[in-house]
Amino acid sequence: MTERVGFFTDTTLCIGCKACEVACKEWNHVPDDGLNFLGQSYDNTGELGASTWRHVAFIEQTKPIDIEGNGSAGDVRWLMSSDVCKHCTHAACLEVCPTGALFRTEFGTVVVQQDVCNGCGYCVPACPFGVIDQREGDGRVWKCTLCYDRIGVALEPACAKACPTKSIQFGPLDELRTQARERVGELHERGVTEARLYGDDPSDGVGGMGAFFLLLDDPEVYGLPPDPVVTTRDLAAMWKAAGAAALAMGAAVVVSVFGGRG
Amino acid sequence: MGTSFGRGGATTFQQDLQNADCILIEGSNMAECHPVGFQWVMEAKERGAKIIHVDPRFSRTSAVADLHVPIRAGSDIAFLGGIVNYILENGREFRDYVVRYTNAATIVNEDFRDTEDLDGLFSGFDEEKVAYDISTWSYEGADVNAAAGNRDKAAQGEAHGRGSTVESDRPKSRDETLEHPRCVFQLLKKHYRRYTPELVEQVCGIPRHLFLEVAESLCANSGRDRTSAFCYAVGWTQHTVGVQYIRTAAIIQLLLGNIGRPGGGILALRGHASIQGSTDVPTLYNILPGYIAMRHAHSQVGLQKFIENIGNKYGYWGHLDAYLISLLKAWWGDNATSANEYCFDYLPRLTGDHSAYVSTLRALDGELDGYFLIGENPAVGNANGKAHRLALANLKWLVVRDLQEIESASFWHDSPEIETGELRTADIGTEVFFLPAAAHTEKDGTFTNTQRMLQWHHKAVEPPGDVRSDLWFAYHLGRRIREKLSGSLDPKDKPILELTWDYPTEGRHLDPSADAVLKEINGFTVGDGKAVSGYEDLRADGSTACGVWIYSGCFAGDENLPARRKPHWEQDTWVAPEWAWTWPMNRHIIYNRASADPDGKPWSERKKCVWWDEKKQEWTGYDVPDFKKTMRPDYEPDDDARAEWGLRGDEPFIMQSDGKGWLYVPSGLTDGPMPTHYEPHESPFANPLYKQQANPVRQTFHRKENPYNPTHGEPGADVFPYVMTTYRLTEHHTAGGMSRTLPFLSELQPEMFCEVSPALAAERGLENGGWATIVSTRTAIEARVLVTDRVKPLRVADRVVHQVGLPYHWGTRGLSVGDSANDLFPLALDPNVHIQEVKAATCDIRPGRRPRGAAVLGLVDDYRRRAGAS
Amino acid sequence: MKQTRAREQAMVPRAEPRTYYDRPVLKKPVWKWYIPAYFFTGGMAGASATLSFAARLRGNDRLARRASLISLAGIAASPVFLIADLGRPDRFYNMLRVAKPTSPMSMGTWLISLFGPATGAAALSDVTGVLPGAGRLAEAVAAVLGPGVSTYTAVLTADTAIPAWHEAWRELPIVFAGGSAASAGAAAVLVTPAADAAPARRLVALGTSMELAAERAMVQRLGDLAEPYRSGQASSPVKAAKGLLRAGALLVSLGSHRRPWLARTGAVATLAGVALTRWSIFKAGFESAEDPRFTVQPQRERLSRERASASEPM
Ligand SMILES: Nc1nc2c(c(=O)[nH]1)N[C@H]1C(S)=C(S)[C@@H](COP(=O)(O)OP(=O)(O)OC[C@H]3O[C@@H](n4cnc5c(=O)[nH]c(N)nc54)[C@H](O)[C@@H]3O)O[C@H]1N2
Ligand SMILES: Nc1nc2c(c(=O)[nH]1)N[C@H]1C(S)=C(S)[C@@H](COP(=O)(O)OP(=O)(O)OC[C@H]3O[C@@H](n4cnc5c(=O)[nH]c(N)nc54)[C@H](O)[C@@H]3O)O[C@H]1N2
Ligand code: SF4
Ligand code: SF4
Ligand code: SF4
Ligand code: SF4
Ligand code: SF4
Ligand SMILES: [Mo]
Repeated sequence: MTERVGFFTDTTLCIGCKACEVACKEWNHVPDDGLNFLGQSYDNTGELGASTWRHVAFIEQTKPIDIEGNGSAGDVRWLMSSDVCKHCTHAACLEVCPTGALFRTEFGTVVVQQDVCNGCGYCVPACPFGVIDQREGDGRVWKCTLCYDRIGVALEPACAKACPTKSIQFGPLDELRTQARERVGELHERGVTEARLYGDDPSDGVGGMGAFFLLLDDPEVYGLPPDPVVTTRDLAAMWKAAGAAALAMGAAVVVSVFGGRG
Repeated sequence: MGTSFGRGGATTFQQDLQNADCILIEGSNMAECHPVGFQWVMEAKERGAKIIHVDPRFSRTSAVADLHVPIRAGSDIAFLGGIVNYILENGREFRDYVVRYTNAATIVNEDFRDTEDLDGLFSGFDEEKVAYDISTWSYEGADVNAAAGNRDKAAQGEAHGRGSTVESDRPKSRDETLEHPRCVFQLLKKHYRRYTPELVEQVCGIPRHLFLEVAESLCANSGRDRTSAFCYAVGWTQHTVGVQYIRTAAIIQLLLGNIGRPGGGILALRGHASIQGSTDVPTLYNILPGYIAMRHAHSQVGLQKFIENIGNKYGYWGHLDAYLISLLKAWWGDNATSANEYCFDYLPRLTGDHSAYVSTLRALDGELDGYFLIGENPAVGNANGKAHRLALANLKWLVVRDLQEIESASFWHDSPEIETGELRTADIGTEVFFLPAAAHTEKDGTFTNTQRMLQWHHKAVEPPGDVRSDLWFAYHLGRRIREKLSGSLDPKDKPILELTWDYPTEGRHLDPSADAVLKEINGFTVGDGKAVSGYEDLRADGSTACGVWIYSGCFAGDENLPARRKPHWEQDTWVAPEWAWTWPMNRHIIYNRASADPDGKPWSERKKCVWWDEKKQEWTGYDVPDFKKTMRPDYEPDDDARAEWGLRGDEPFIMQSDGKGWLYVPSGLTDGPMPTHYEPHESPFANPLYKQQANPVRQTFHRKENPYNPTHGEPGADVFPYVMTTYRLTEHHTAGGMSRTLPFLSELQPEMFCEVSPALAAERGLENGGWATIVSTRTAIEARVLVTDRVKPLRVADRVVHQVGLPYHWGTRGLSVGDSANDLFPLALDPNVHIQEVKAATCDIRPGRRPRGAAVLGLVDDYRRRAGAS
Repeated sequence: MKQTRAREQAMVPRAEPRTYYDRPVLKKPVWKWYIPAYFFTGGMAGASATLSFAARLRGNDRLARRASLISLAGIAASPVFLIADLGRPDRFYNMLRVAKPTSPMSMGTWLISLFGPATGAAALSDVTGVLPGAGRLAEAVAAVLGPGVSTYTAVLTADTAIPAWHEAWRELPIVFAGGSAASAGAAAVLVTPAADAAPARRLVALGTSMELAAERAMVQRLGDLAEPYRSGQASSPVKAAKGLLRAGALLVSLGSHRRPWLARTGAVATLAGVALTRWSIFKAGFESAEDPRFTVQPQRERLSRERASASEPM
């Protein structure tokens, strides 16, 4: 396996231009996700899904202001953040996939083999981030491939390439993590004390994310789970519980058959 | 820009923003409209620069700025004038720069009267003509009679992208102590004395502390060691005083000494990929290539006299003869001889105002037979869309060359007027010819981008089917016309028959070679056909030909320089001279002589750009010096020195007749030598400064297709209590022909919407995600509602005013359709460049969708009646 | 990061967790009603196989044969449901490309593909009388696999990020086991002469009490996460299911061989109750996925607990 690559998305640099969303669709021939006005700031795609592999979230925050008007950036804050599949170290989607359609590439990324996927849909509820989903009328599931076809030929992913402000940084995961920590330090010095990393920690519930983020507020504000855990972490225990239950059932049968007359 | 500095283009380039210590973005939504260029603002921010965004809305630009200052749309001159006053009252100007490099010391004609004296008017206002006689504005002792006398020179506007042609003599009287009561510096002081922080708060709705923070940031970040940059775009230009907005910025940047220096300047963010090119080359009706003024029909002057009148004795306009004669040689080749004044008489002449809007109204009156629409969608993109669609429906023929069948080509069957019954397809006589146009990916050619940079694009794919490039169209149209006329002895056909029309063609479709065209633009010596190396090579003796003198040099050494693609990280300086080619002469920061002090030394190590090299006896530096390379800093011209040699070695503004940056514009503008706050044509407020409410010489059209909302002071004004403004979204492009037709863009902003504050939503019962109807005397449109704190109610004068934000991208065709914001706006224009005021007008807003069909007319009539405007 | 932590602690615990426009954090499953239907039939098939073999050993051949036929019917219906639910039925065989211990669905597929043929063979030899020896062996195999078939589906359900499912992983298997046993018993009661159906009647009672007890435990431990089970779309099925199960068990036990019709009515109620429980668990999962609070709140609380213990002095 070659060096593991991933994304560091620095939301403090994001200008919400959505070039990443468009570039992804152009390159990967992802169909449009429906034309719906959501009335949720400038976000009209809503969330990641089978036909949205990059999604830019827009969060408007305001300290209450008096109708006398007159405020400055001080009391309005507009957070923007480009979300994507996390390419988890422990990827639930991949682990529960019964066909092996989901696999880990030589770059440490998680990709669906569309010719193998049988649409069982197990990966969908397994993902703790609600990333992967089934496409209507197609039956198979789709998600970010981390541009497997591009990085294979030493091109950077389409979304990162299109990002005008380097909010999306692509590269070897280790390097990205060091950069990210330095960046947070910098921001704290500048007084941006709310800056924090999300998904950079290999000891977290998914073993660290291949695509991690620098956020300015709690993850849930961006629609991200605050403490995601790969569901298979409890799998062994679950099997034990099931085993016990199986025995109990056997016992119940035996008791009812032998434990009485006729 | 032209009138202040001499050239109608950005004084700097986007990459240079990274050197700024403070960037004021005002009248521009740069992050959304120039996202790629915006990376350099982010770079500056990372380097510690302060980013300020002054805008009615908190936009994606404000989101990453250090400071957002909400302002009432249409009040910027009060705000900027306040900054001028702050600088002058506190002596924060960059003295040495101001004294030597601007016209601050120049003394003005004693007959000049300021708006302070005449309550909002300058001297020379003519009641009937509704125009200024500008003769009293001139410098003391200047040749004013000629100015008054020669109409060819009057009303030189921003469109001409150049300064005065009036001062045929160097200003005689200057006072470098800046004390003389009639010197420009004192006039400025007087003119802006009343633009206090209190007034700014009262007019713009900007609290004092915010205003002072901006003013102080600019002053603190300007001077020898520091520089501040301005970025503006159409948030400034689209007003009835648009040109004066930019003038005010020019005054600030000159006072602070920020022009011609790294990290300084004024970045005019242009629009369409080649809109800069279309004014350089140009596609404007009233100027010749390279901002050479056009001749008027009634003018009888010959070539020499014309050159004397239009050209300048001093500065580079002193070579107008070479530029113009080379142009004539390019057009009429061997037919252009000294004997026939190089076919000077063949040049088209101005018979009047043929600007787009005026022509549209003539079409409404049936005075126009046909129209070519090449890359424009006025049915959506132009103010008062209804007037435009009615005009299109009143033509005999219409040719539309576009990538898509846009609203301007389909109005006859799907325009809103068809829905209301104002138009009936059967009654429309216009014969529409739709010709599919090749996109830039399907043809060779150049863009001239926002920073005067010519960038070559290669044809990536052959245009499909009947699709052809515009160059193909123009060339073959000309060819066929010439074939039809061939043999004609009618003198009126000679100018066409004698044109050089011989571009080599290539490919299946016989496309004329774009390279050949670029070479002609660059210019060549007639003798051997070799490309000239720049406009200094051009001659007035017919030995050279040149299509666009300011572009001369782009093909030097017979090499297509705009096609250069060496990335900046492979080049030595941030200027990256080997990436494409920038006019003039690949100079990136123009007037950069000003980056050195009068003795030719950099003002400071930190802000070095070009300087005088005593050893080499020439100007050198990081950028190409925008100055006579060999002119010593201490050079003094003698009386009969002419053109560039008529200027001193310490006069950086080499296009100006006096080599100075103009704080005061003695001529070249139709509405005043110094910017003055006027209310927009439609405003809910009185002008607190003067009796004169709005720009006295603004262009208005009082006719039934173009009713106006009553403005403040007129009865019925309260029927339209809100201020509306329009703007762009990153997700769409202008009139939408290139974005509403694409699924990936349409899904990102699928519907027309309006942005309102929670307070206004409460006041009018609007619900987020619901529908609203916005009404003016022109029409009523519907939009989805986005209730957001990003739009703030402002306290202006004595009350709170609400602003309604409207993106203007929607129309009746494409994947994402919706009502057009432009249908709400009137035709009220800036008198210099005829730009429509679509950034500030009044409206009413109500919950729910608009009535369908003819019922809309009923609603609007009702409003007109209530406003007494019908 | 010190301030950051302080800040977060200040904000936690929050009454209302903050969310992104109240949009779900998770994707709800794409599964349709086939899946709970399969849980039901598969569960019944598994338990029936065990019941059948046990009855055989006890010498109750009538009950044994009927139970094994029920098992066969149940397991035969299952693939139909499963395949019907696939986005790409033609690719069902892709399941057999690999055997993944981390994928309960993969494990289950293999389990069924052994269990199915075994029950089939057992029933066949029992009815036709050919190869009785092999038949017995097959019965034994099916009997041993049966409980697995009945309970692995609980793991399949719990091994997702769906809060109301995952957090219930301890009790779900018992719920499923009890339900399967009850349904197997009930089905047998329906088709077996009352005189031979006593074991089946006892199984109904035992199974039902197992399921009800386990569910109560589950709901208690889930705490806030039990909301989807108590209120909302799933609540009425839950109540109905409980009612049916209790009634069913009662009637079945009252209805000895003298009042067979009572027992049969009870059996029907039991089957309905078990099916409904499966359905309500299924629904509750969807609801907990659609409401971001169920995802965010527990994770927030977990975080603050960890932070608290982390900041305790050693
Ligand atoms: N994505 C995208 N990019 C584009 C275009 C596009 O359509 N889409 N169009 C291109 C073209 S043609 C052009 S000309 C440029 C235009 O670029 P911009 O001028 O940046 O575009 P706008 O959004 O029209 O206007 C800029 C801002 O002016 C603000 N504004 C309105 N009225 C006033 C006022 O009175 N004072 C001040 N200070 N601000 C005001 C608006 O709120 C808006 O935020 O963009 C170019 N780039
Ligand atoms: N209310 C309001 N109105 C405005 C503005 C505003 O801010 N507010 N902004 C104004 C400004 S700055 C501008 S620039 C205008 C823009 O308004 P328009 O220029 O009228 O609108 P566009 O959609 O840009 O039209 C350009 C057309 O050219 C076509 N096209 C693209 N490439 C080519 C080509 O190579 N050849 C040919 N023949 N066609 C091509 C596209 O398909 C598109 O339909 O809108 C103006 N109107
Ligand atoms: S984020 Fe979800 S889809 Fe992406 S790898 Fe992790 S589990 Fe799989
Ligand atoms: S849907 Fe496809 S990718 Fe997802 S688990 Fe099933 S087979 Fe694997
Ligand atoms: S990496 Fe490729 S597939 Fe993934 S979001 Fe970016 S562009 Fe799309
Ligand atoms: S391209 Fe970059 S800046 Fe633009 S939205 Fe995506 S992440 Fe943000
Ligand atoms: S569209 Fe073109 S011009 Fe506009 S920002 Fe993008 S790259 Fe620059
Ligand atoms: Mo524009």
